[in-house]
Amino acid sequence: MTSSLADGDWHRLHPATPLLRGGIFVFAALGFVIANLRERLIDIFFGVPMGSGDPIDEIYRRGAVGWALLVVAVILVAIVTGFYLSWRMHTFRVNEEIVEVRSGIVFRSNRKARLDRIQGVNIERALVPRLFGAARLEVSGAGQDANVQLAYLGSARADELRRDILRLASGARRAAEPEAAAAAESEAGIGERFAEERVGTEPGTSVGDFARDRVSEFLAPELDPDAAPPESVVRIPPGRLVGSIVLNGFTVVLVVGAIALVVSGTVFDSGWLPLTVVPGLIGAAGFYFSRLTRSLRFSIAGTPDGVRVGFGLFSTSNETLPPGRIHAIGISQPLLWRPFGWWQVQINKAGRSSNQGAAGEASTTVLPVGTMADVARVLELILPGYNTEEQRTLIERGMRSKGGDDGYVNAPRRAAWLRPFSWRRTGYTVSVGAAVLRRGVIARELVLVPLARVQSVGVDQGPIQRRLRLASARLHTVSGPVRASLSVVDAAEAVRLFESIAAGAVTHAISDTSHRWNHATGAPE
Amino acid sequence: MPRSLRRLDLATGGDWQRVSPRYVVVEIVGTVIFGVVASSAAVGVWLLLEQRWALYAGALVAAITLASLILEPRRVRSIGYQLRHDDLLFRRGIMFQRFVAVPYGRMQLVDITRGPVARWLGLADLKLVTAAAATGVLIPGLTVDDAESLRDRLVHLAESRRAGL
Repeated sequence: MTSSLADGDWHRLHPATPLLRGGIFVFAALGFVIANLRERLIDIFFGVPMGSGDPIDEIYRRGAVGWALLVVAVILVAIVTGFYLSWRMHTFRVNEEIVEVRSGIVFRSNRKARLDRIQGVNIERALVPRLFGAARLEVSGAGQDANVQLAYLGSARADELRRDILRLASGARRAAEPEAAAAAESEAGIGERFAEERVGTEPGTSVGDFARDRVSEFLAPELDPDAAPPESVVRIPPGRLVGSIVLNGFTVVLVVGAIALVVSGTVFDSGWLPLTVVPGLIGAAGFYFSRLTRSLRFSIAGTPDGVRVGFGLFSTSNETLPPGRIHAIGISQPLLWRPFGWWQVQINKAGRSSNQGAAGEASTTVLPVGTMADVARVLELILPGYNTEEQRTLIERGMRSKGGDDGYVNAPRRAAWLRPFSWRRTGYTVSVGAAVLRRGVIARELVLVPLARVQSVGVDQGPIQRRLRLASARLHTVSGPVRASLSVVDAAEAVRLFESIAAGAVTHAISDTSHRWNHATGAPE
Repeated sequence: MPRSLRRLDLATGGDWQRVSPRYVVVEIVGTVIFGVVASSAAVGVWLLLEQRWALYAGALVAAITLASLILEPRRVRSIGYQLRHDDLLFRRGIMFQRFVAVPYGRMQLVDITRGPVARWLGLADLKLVTAAAATGVLIPGLTVDDAESLRDRLVHLAESRRAGL
């Protein structure tokens, strides 16, 4: 346990890997067998007689018990051998340039990822592996299927390996470790200012009791005490989280549907109608429950190697995004959240978690629900340079202002023909290396795009816009939930926007060194 | 209001490189094929199923096809690109104008494709791919030599200004 996994040699995964990966199928198979043997088991335990035709009876009658057992034994041995071989053949190594994984018994596969192209490192603990103290580490690259997966590793080793991978990727060498530690400490100082609650735990000792380790990991799985600071800069009260989940469009549909049902039920007096709703209600409850458990225990914290976002109650996920991996940031407020002053922050990033659904979806959310102050703290972490008073007011105006002369270049009055409500708020500005786009009045939105991440910029003009001397503009970023576009801009202003963003994108991209964010030759962002 | 103020116009100073005038043929062939197929389908529906609305739909399709045939040369003339110092500028469209600037360092790959008609005319399309799907810059109707030299030039420029993502 003392040597690092990231020493350039080949290593193997957690010995229980095949079981955990095939876990669901094993349980399914077990369930199938038990279901088929149900009557036999009832017979054994309760002595209730049963009908013939059971395959086991048949085997027994023909005296083929020995053969049947042999077949079962052979199958078992084959499975175990297969598991063992697949575990033995599944090896990985991490050196200063790459992460590489080899796997497969018959069809060999080999996957390498360059460390300077890492988009994020995710540690995921699904419920069952988590109980066994195992975790899946995923090094995501840019693209649809560009991830290198290490499933499964010991929970503590996964944290350790992530730290090593990030350190190697940052360009810092081992010799530079004291500096990194100093940086960690200074970061910790910043983090502590915002600490509302200390959720840290003492490091689990490797020689400690297995059960105690498991319990402590289970209670505090996303916190890696060595990679300070362990404090999340925001804390979401459970009440707010529940409220934010309940107050969305789905609930409105649900309520309207329920009213319609009640009305039609009383008018047409059909007693069976409510019965048909019950499955729907169960489904809805499941939806809310999964949304809730996914967002519970949310944490976001700054580390020397980027922002760490963790969430999940039973199955947890915990991703570190190195600096410069966030391509766009969207701050939004659905109408129903406005009375409470809640906001949501989502990001676009190039790497995508390979497992869709629960973790894949939520990993683009860096703040499920939070107040204005929470948003400011999160922005400070994910967007360098947004920690001064000036930027804070700019963002606040972007979020709440009704429009007017407030530091944003807004759409002219004639845009009201196309955007009757939101034209006043539709505007943009460029500040500290990021373009800030503001739009929406019913559902307010503010989009920030670091210029160093802009892929290209475009302006469009259709015939109606031409008549009104308007145009629309869009900053092209990697795909994600955030869309950086303005639907109405003054035509002359659009040309200015186009030129300034295009020029800014080039200069910021050249001075950007975040692919090796801690390298001695380049200053970190 | 003078027309020029309403339109988007970039005062870049540079000259727009235009695509080959022969590209009009490619567009015309495509439009004609689409028009013929769509209107004959409409006529088929009208004759076989005796649906009168199909006749009107077919007539509409034919009219749109004719109109776009007339506009085709102007639309092709509106396609242009410019190699600036740090980025490539692309424009197209008259009714729906579109300008895009792609920094050279952002290009992930440059693709050359050739359809059957374009091949017959010795033309090729050049597509720039960045990490953003929305970029969508396709310069059609370049002569094969132009397309290849432009591709090599762009790859060289992208190489010298390589940035991450």
